[in-house]
Amino acid sequence: MTAEQGAKRAAKAALVQVKALHKRYVQRRALSRRKFVVDALKNVDLALQPECLTALVGSSGSGKTTLANCLAMLEKPDAGEIWFEELEISRRPDHELACLRPKIQMVFQDSAGALNPFLTAAQIVGEPLEVQGREHGRKLRQRACELMEEVGLSADWADRSPLDFSGGQRQRLAIARAIALQPRLLILDESLSGLDLVTQAQVLNLLADIRVTHSLTYLLISHDLTLVGQVADHIAVMHQGSIVEHGTRQQVFGSPQQACTRELLVAAQVLESTFRTAQPRMRT
Amino acid sequence: MNYLGRRLAHGILLLIGASVLCFLFADLAPGSFFDEIKLNPQISPKTVAALRSYYGLDQPTPVRYGRWVKSVFKGEWGYSFAYNSPVSSLLMVRARNTLLLTGVAALLVWLIAVPLGVWIADHPGGWSDRLCMGSTSVLLSVPELVLALGFLCLAVRTHVLPVGGMASVAFDQLGRWSKIRDLVAHLIIPVNTLVLAALPILLRHVRASMTEVLRAPFIQAARGHGVGRTRLLFRYALPAAANPLISLFGFSVGGLLSGSLLVEVVTGWPGLGPLLLEATMSRDLYVVVGVMMSSTVFLILGNFLADVMLAAADPRVRMQ
Repeated sequence: MTAEQGAKRAAKAALVQVKALHKRYVQRRALSRRKFVVDALKNVDLALQPECLTALVGSSGSGKTTLANCLAMLEKPDAGEIWFEELEISRRPDHELACLRPKIQMVFQDSAGALNPFLTAAQIVGEPLEVQGREHGRKLRQRACELMEEVGLSADWADRSPLDFSGGQRQRLAIARAIALQPRLLILDESLSGLDLVTQAQVLNLLADIRVTHSLTYLLISHDLTLVGQVADHIAVMHQGSIVEHGTRQQVFGSPQQACTRELLVAAQVLESTFRTAQPRMRT
Repeated sequence: MNYLGRRLAHGILLLIGASVLCFLFADLAPGSFFDEIKLNPQISPKTVAALRSYYGLDQPTPVRYGRWVKSVFKGEWGYSFAYNSPVSSLLMVRARNTLLLTGVAALLVWLIAVPLGVWIADHPGGWSDRLCMGSTSVLLSVPELVLALGFLCLAVRTHVLPVGGMASVAFDQLGRWSKIRDLVAHLIIPVNTLVLAALPILLRHVRASMTEVLRAPFIQAARGHGVGRTRLLFRYALPAAANPLISLFGFSVGGLLSGSLLVEVVTGWPGLGPLLLEATMSRDLYVVVGVMMSSTVFLILGNFLADVMLAAADPRVRMQ
């Protein structure tokens, strides 16, 4: 069995298989020969099981978004492999990626910045379908309205600017756009941060519903360990560009093996208890 | 009052304020057109006093300003002492020449700066980016005057291009195409000077705006949906990066009458520049005020045009 056949076999079980991924950023300052090298990803291995929600946690700057961008084919890794549905996608030229892109979609943290302010809600949701040549004209608009209704937005708002929507509604719009192409993998990059608790719960319920109806696999990037503890099937912990711990929710939260995982959990508990003690004072 | 109504009212107020200041400052300058006539022994002081009275120069400034405003409404824009004719007829011919020069230059600058700026913003740190940034740094440090003199020296030594003026001596005897060729040949030096002076600033603005927009999440999202590079750059990123460029476009339109005065004087282009210089030297008050006011009108119109375009292009501005 060749190495490629072996890799294909391993990738078969998982929807996404990441192997020894490296990504380095080199910055140069003006009028200086000095280079600033940042190893954003170092030897990252990760497997995403189909129709599971895998949470990627870690402190700021640990490389979570870089990994998400590499998976979404928005950035090319310097070394390593990314297998998606038995295909190695990290080294393919842009024209070959065009047909793969619909299968991996991303919902960004900044809902206001992620929606083109020059388009209406229907145009935003229909944009991926138009770009991929799947729908045109009246059918495109009709499908966009259906998608809006699927995520709990009224089709009457189809001609509104994204600026007219609230943060939670904008995130719903971004989700509608992301599922328009019927992807297999949906990457949620801090998509729930910045939303109030009620809206967060509503969006989470929506995500849970569409996960079932669309057979979706989620990669949830979050700082909120309480949230992750409630919704994730698997958890991967990133630290300084590497995945230091990966397992089921029970394994990672029940018996954390790495010091940085324990630190994250302790920090979350401290934050929660501080919040609880501060709340009565804030009310008075 | 809506956004454009407010901008229009603002523009009109600005125009009134500018006209008062323009008239006041021109009037405060020492001496008058008739001071040199006084030195002529053949003209008696009585005649000079009669001429001053005829042109209303013995009246207080507010009265003269009122008369000037009246003449503006009549379409005369005051009266030139030196040319003995209404200022508007002088301005018309010279402004047409200036507009030809600056219009061609502005068109070329935008045609070069926008695609080039988009291209280098899409290849940050590449050889094209470094070459453009290096060249624009050099160009920014060279004054317009030096550029014009450099081109003139080159033209004198090589005899490839005509030096000075807008047309050859035998222009009237030339055929239609030869006339156009002659005009283009005369345009090359002043247009190139203006283009090289304006290009670095505009190119850097296009690059900076595009670089910022290309990092926006909605651009990343569009890439994720499979939007092609050219469409992404010109249909998604460029409209989003257009706001500062539209403001600059307003300034470009605003500078159509005033942006080339120095270059016109140095290269001998018969536009408003040499007229303003002559009028200032001879203290031809109403011509000076006329040139300044026509430049101000263009500046205000350019800014208003930019406001209209901003409101049309960006829903965020309309919402304000």
